[in-house]
Amino acid sequence: MIASASPHREFAAALQVPTLSVPPGLRVGGGYAAERRFAVHRNNFVVGLIDALAESFPVAEALVGPEFFRAMARERVLSDPPRSPVLTDYALDFPDFIAGFAPAAVVPYLADVARIEALRIRAYHAADATPVRDAAYRKLLADPLRLGGATLRLHPACAWFRSRHAAYSIWHAHQGVSDMSEARLALIDVDRPEDVLVTRPELDVVTIPLPVGATLWLDALQDRHTLGEAFQQAHAADSQVDDGALFTLLVQNGLAIALETTTEN
Amino acid sequence: MSTRFQSAVPALALAAALGSALAMGAAPASAAEKGAAQEKCFGIALAGKNDCAAGPGTTCAGTSKVDHQANSWKFVPAGTCTTTPSKTSPSGFGQLAEFKAKPSKAG
Amino acid sequence: MNLPCNPHSAEYPPADAGLPLRAGIGFKPQHFDALLADEAPPAFVEVHAENYMGAGGPPHAQLSMLRERLPVSVHGVGLSIGGEAPLDPAHLARLQALIDRYQPAAFSEHLAWSTHDGRFFNDLLPLRYDAASLARVCAHIDQVQERLGRQMLLENPSTYLEFEGSSYSEPDFLSAIVRHSGCALLLDVNNVYVSCHNNRHDPVEYLAALPLRAVREIHLAGHAQECDATGERLLIDDHGSPVGAAVWALYRHVIAQTGPVPTLIEWDTHIPAYATLREQAQRAQALLDEVCATAKEAA
Repeated sequence: MIASASPHREFAAALQVPTLSVPPGLRVGGGYAAERRFAVHRNNFVVGLIDALAESFPVAEALVGPEFFRAMARERVLSDPPRSPVLTDYALDFPDFIAGFAPAAVVPYLADVARIEALRIRAYHAADATPVRDAAYRKLLADPLRLGGATLRLHPACAWFRSRHAAYSIWHAHQGVSDMSEARLALIDVDRPEDVLVTRPELDVVTIPLPVGATLWLDALQDRHTLGEAFQQAHAADSQVDDGALFTLLVQNGLAIALETTTEN
Repeated sequence: MSTRFQSAVPALALAAALGSALAMGAAPASAAEKGAAQEKCFGIALAGKNDCAAGPGTTCAGTSKVDHQANSWKFVPAGTCTTTPSKTSPSGFGQLAEFKAKPSKAG
Repeated sequence: MNLPCNPHSAEYPPADAGLPLRAGIGFKPQHFDALLADEAPPAFVEVHAENYMGAGGPPHAQLSMLRERLPVSVHGVGLSIGGEAPLDPAHLARLQALIDRYQPAAFSEHLAWSTHDGRFFNDLLPLRYDAASLARVCAHIDQVQERLGRQMLLENPSTYLEFEGSSYSEPDFLSAIVRHSGCALLLDVNNVYVSCHNNRHDPVEYLAALPLRAVREIHLAGHAQECDATGERLLIDDHGSPVGAAVWALYRHVIAQTGPVPTLIEWDTHIPAYATLREQAQRAQALLDEVCATAKEAA
């Protein structure tokens, strides 16, 4: 027979579409059915990636149960196989898939809880950086004008988002239980919006709910606006903003890795 | 006073807010200060998932010919989400509605 | 046909420059504390390259601490050296950064493909062993060796099926790769056993056809057995159990010919307590010691 010029194309197509028959040109020892042998590769591909997603999203899996979660993950694997051999990357995009996955819409907060889990993976593998020390902040206390004009560089592990649901409370209810299936959400108002921040000042990943105005304030700081401008924007958007709470967030979680002030004054 | 910061937050108030934040507790210690204690803090659930082992050879997940989403999604969430209060569920809990697939365009 | 033949391959530092001729283990993050507390740790550890391709965090903190204490081998699982497309430049760059950062004692990859048309299938997929594949694999190995400035080790795969169009047996194909690319071999004895069983070959004949002098590292692992409706046994390379008796026997057969070779115990699914993995490594070490003793007696 004439060998195919691109046997991998046929092989890859059959991996991704279970209804296709096995690719041509396979030889199987001992008279085994090629279907059965090819099934090993179909399973390595599909089950291996489902397992990787399930291990990466334990709370999302607990929320909907393993059967629903794995069926959903399977749809993702077959419709959108990884583009990178680094599987961490594959986990990071999964919340977007969930958000667009129609059967998951019955659990409207699922994608946002998965987003917390994805941000934790991202933070875990993000670049290391040393948070600004208290001493550097204290120097600015004596010079309030320079404080307002300072800009910050935020930690590479630091990321935040706004959820229309109580994504943090739901995620948090699944922590510290020996079996996540025992987490009880009865006291959580799932429709109360929450803002969430994930970071990793050193080696441990930190996941916390954000105070009022924090996301806007962090957005401004990320965009290299000065502290003064960032507070101004936060106050303009919400009169409840507590400056002390925002500074506490910044200092206690090591969010800033550089504090840059102008040399004037 | 400088007019650069026509801020809703006067400079002195900003400094006071930072001062109170600093008074609440230290910023994270450096890795050197924490020393060997850090060695015990490595998480593993977030670690990379690449390996070179083969999976279960003949389970059906890889070979099932059913495209659940397009024509027959039959799974109902059955985890902890069923313990959230629901105004629409007869039991008062959970989103137990089954997903009804839209008719396939091809079909 | 003209096969690429790298004229520089002899100049690369040998792949086993720092791996001891002793037994090591595949590193799992959950074993980190136990490994550090072990007063007589395994002689080396191996990590999967793709799990250390993030910029920082605990994975790198752990690997740095391991690297200070033990020789490290980096084992790639995603380069797709047998792929039809050119190697992914982004992945090659990540790999080079990792190798530059840790200067591991060895770098190895698989005779397999895992990416096609930009999609990664997370499996070590089988190759048709023909002239076109040989040229492609050798060109990719040349590219890797030049990029990393070192000799690489190529691992024989576990296979579940073969291709009608193959014009080489697997050991002949590996021999040709070694000859043309100047790479060394990572001989996975469990893979030899699994592939030979599944494809009805004799593992001893398979080994006899390999250039064993090119073997710079050995892998040992457990496999699973599945039966179909007709009762036919299929072996699956799942790295999820102790090394099987037949694989230990085959390992003795190999090292009796090669002498001591750095030997790694792999365990990737159903991961046991550290002590279990350690015991497997001690068992391999005992066999390596036996070979050394025999060699001394003969001298």
